[in-house]
Amino acid sequence: MPRTTRATAVLLLCLLALALLPLFAEKYYIQLFTKMMIMAVFAMSLDLLVGFAGLVSLGHAAFFGLAGYALAFAAPQYEAANLWLSLPLAMACSGLLALVIGALVLRTSGIYFIMVTLAFAQMLFFLFHDTKIGGGADGIYVYAKPAAAIAGWEPFTLENYTHFYFVMLVLLVLVYVALRRLLDSPFGRVIVGIRVNEQRMRSLGYRTFRYKLVCFVLAGMLAGMAGYFAAAQFGFVSPETLSWHQSGGVLMMVILGGMGTLTGAVVGAFAMILLELGLQGLPEIGGMDIAKHWQLFMGAFIVGAVLLLPHGLLSLFRLGSRLRRKPAGAHDE
Amino acid sequence: MSEAVLRTERLSKHFGGLVAVNDVSLEFFADQIHAVIGPNGAGKTTLTSLLSGDLSCTSGCIFLDGEDVAGLSADRISQRGVGRSYQKTNIFLPFTVLENCRIAAQSRLPSSMRFVRAALAYRDVVREAERALAEVGLEHKAQETAATLSHGEQRQLEIAMTLATRPRVLLLDEPLAGMGGEESARMVELLQTLKPAHAMLLVEHDMDAVFALADRLTVMVEGRVLESGTPDAIRASAAVQEAYLGSEGLHA
Amino acid sequence: MDANTFLIQVLNGIQYGLLLFLVASGLTLILGIMGIINLAHGSFYMVGAYLAFSLAQHFGSLWLAMAGGVVIAVAIGLALEWLLISRLYHRDHLYQVLLTYGLILIFEELRSVVFGDDVHGVAIPELLRASIPLTETLSYPVYRLWMSAVCIVLAAGMYLLIQKTRLGMTIRAGAANREMVQSLGININLLYRLVFALGVALAAFAGMIAAPVASVFPGMGNQVLIVCFVVVVIGGIGSVKGAMLAAVLIGLVDTFGKVLTLQIGGVQLLPELSGMMIYVLMAAVLLARPQGLFGKRA
Repeated sequence: MPRTTRATAVLLLCLLALALLPLFAEKYYIQLFTKMMIMAVFAMSLDLLVGFAGLVSLGHAAFFGLAGYALAFAAPQYEAANLWLSLPLAMACSGLLALVIGALVLRTSGIYFIMVTLAFAQMLFFLFHDTKIGGGADGIYVYAKPAAAIAGWEPFTLENYTHFYFVMLVLLVLVYVALRRLLDSPFGRVIVGIRVNEQRMRSLGYRTFRYKLVCFVLAGMLAGMAGYFAAAQFGFVSPETLSWHQSGGVLMMVILGGMGTLTGAVVGAFAMILLELGLQGLPEIGGMDIAKHWQLFMGAFIVGAVLLLPHGLLSLFRLGSRLRRKPAGAHDE
Repeated sequence: MSEAVLRTERLSKHFGGLVAVNDVSLEFFADQIHAVIGPNGAGKTTLTSLLSGDLSCTSGCIFLDGEDVAGLSADRISQRGVGRSYQKTNIFLPFTVLENCRIAAQSRLPSSMRFVRAALAYRDVVREAERALAEVGLEHKAQETAATLSHGEQRQLEIAMTLATRPRVLLLDEPLAGMGGEESARMVELLQTLKPAHAMLLVEHDMDAVFALADRLTVMVEGRVLESGTPDAIRASAAVQEAYLGSEGLHA
Repeated sequence: MDANTFLIQVLNGIQYGLLLFLVASGLTLILGIMGIINLAHGSFYMVGAYLAFSLAQHFGSLWLAMAGGVVIAVAIGLALEWLLISRLYHRDHLYQVLLTYGLILIFEELRSVVFGDDVHGVAIPELLRASIPLTETLSYPVYRLWMSAVCIVLAAGMYLLIQKTRLGMTIRAGAANREMVQSLGININLLYRLVFALGVALAAFAGMIAAPVASVFPGMGNQVLIVCFVVVVIGGIGSVKGAMLAAVLIGLVDTFGKVLTLQIGGVQLLPELSGMMIYVLMAAVLLARPQGLFGKRA
């Protein structure tokens, strides 16, 4: 079977498994997988920047977190916000922030870009942490999940965790397909061209700044979409959602999964959350609660992965298939 | 004679204390090849970069169709019909040969802010890219990755990308560098066919090609114009004999 | 604001700025010379503070603790460069970000394992415990003046090292053009290791002298790191001079941002927004000079 066909088959199988999961999984796992899919959308939005446009942002959580706050503000107290109004609103807020931050940070590149994106995200962190607009350091509750009613008819309700799960699954697929199309469009080709050789793109007549800015805004809006649903699921937004740990975490998902592939970002998101859970569930050894210090193992894992897996987790699969193919190739000769 | 398409007036470029281009005034006409020659470090590539907008000049003017374009960015200069090829091959190595030219041709769409339809569905753009590839004789390599091409083929691709943007002015920085004899001959032939429709700046070390192609020759030494005139006049110039050929002799 | 309060705030701002300079100068050198973006740099500041805390308890003297702490910090720096950082020189910045992010997690958790998550205080040494009276009610602690003096001495030492010694010449050349130094046949690996260890030692030392006034607490490193990024962005990568100017500027802006808004008192300004002042300053610099005040155009 050609490699692309096989990859598509694997992808479809995973999708089928995800679609069937709620039939036999308990509530806890359904909610866990919902969270993973939310983070997968978040990770794909960052992959658009890092993997395709070559813009390493260490402040992507700003757009994720802001949308969560937008939902919290949009909801009347103790009542549900209207999904169809508040979601576009939240995404627009994130997009607007991305426009402002992008216009500044895209004046730099390379190491500067990394530091400056981090710093601006931190500025937003302080805005919410030090002022009372979003409940300060304590954060703010989203008491009711957004309601999806259109003129009295309710196609689904996010209060139902299975519905929430399927909404996220559909969104995950939609975002994936949309990004695939985007990357195949003239715009997408320009973005990748800029990563490969920005100077040449300019001399070919492209105003690269504009394309990077639009890409930054699109990625910000998608991150906002993920942040909106994260806030809805969790029922709570705090400055931590836009902290640099969040930005670092999602960057890790993208890189560990294998950047510039979209599927890698999804795999990375799922893998990181599972790993986190696994580490938190470590048993006590010799009376020491090592699960409490799971971050230590996470840190060691990251350091090890950078040194040993330069192309991300997906490269493990590729390595596997190459090993399997070798004897077959020898047989052919 | 008609108005010059591209004209520089007392153009200078300083890098700190170094004057790379010093007070250069040149003219480029629509159907002529204007070759610039000179020893290494004479400022030929810097001059090309000033004209293409890759560098901004320290002083002086650049007139394109009578309008001063000095200070405009490279993308704007390109959109006004100036195409440049680079001395050091400057292509998209991970892309296919066709995609290299396609992305070049795509730059002539009114805007590339198009997000939905596949890039390959823009048939005109693809056709334009294929035309440019055929012009340099690379059409049989269209689906190969640019990184796998030979050096000479990459040079051809470099020119094809420039042609795919349909420029009126061509700035060619050593197009023959590193090409084999057959490839060179083919390139000289191509430049000959491009001559009627393009104003061309040709920076080249291959003197046979230069004298075969150029309608006008400028000799640069240490950032200055030493002599400018017809090939015959340059050949006869004592100053050129002494300064340029002398120093080149030292180089060798 | 009367003249004495003003003086105190100026002194505080400069002292904070000089402390930032110690951390940021290492960061900017490592960035400029080695091309490494080191997120864990703030962790070294934290390591320094905790070393001061624990060694001072052990030795009963902050002076001994500082001496021992610097030795340990240099050792940590050499070991980290040898084991991990040296594998990153030819890798994309992305992997540098990732690996040093992993290091932050490791340092933070080790800190939690060894010292717990409480806030600790470190006593000011007997010798420097006095205050200089300014008016009947206002006085300025000698320790803070001492801190500033030490920072200035170290900055002067760095200036001499960079401007007057052979090592410094290599460092300068390296910051200006990495490839050139490599082609000059200088032992670049040794240079990198020394620069990295110097950076670690400076950051850790900053943490040590700050411990008595800022106390010792979890997450203190990350706070400093991000402010130091702002310093480096404003000053320009690789420029020690830029780091100095930017650090003092940030120190003053941050200090006066808090005091001034406190005085105006939420009427015209939100006093809480003072934490954002330095980022506004950074945005302004980015608009005017994206490469930083003393940075070279890319």
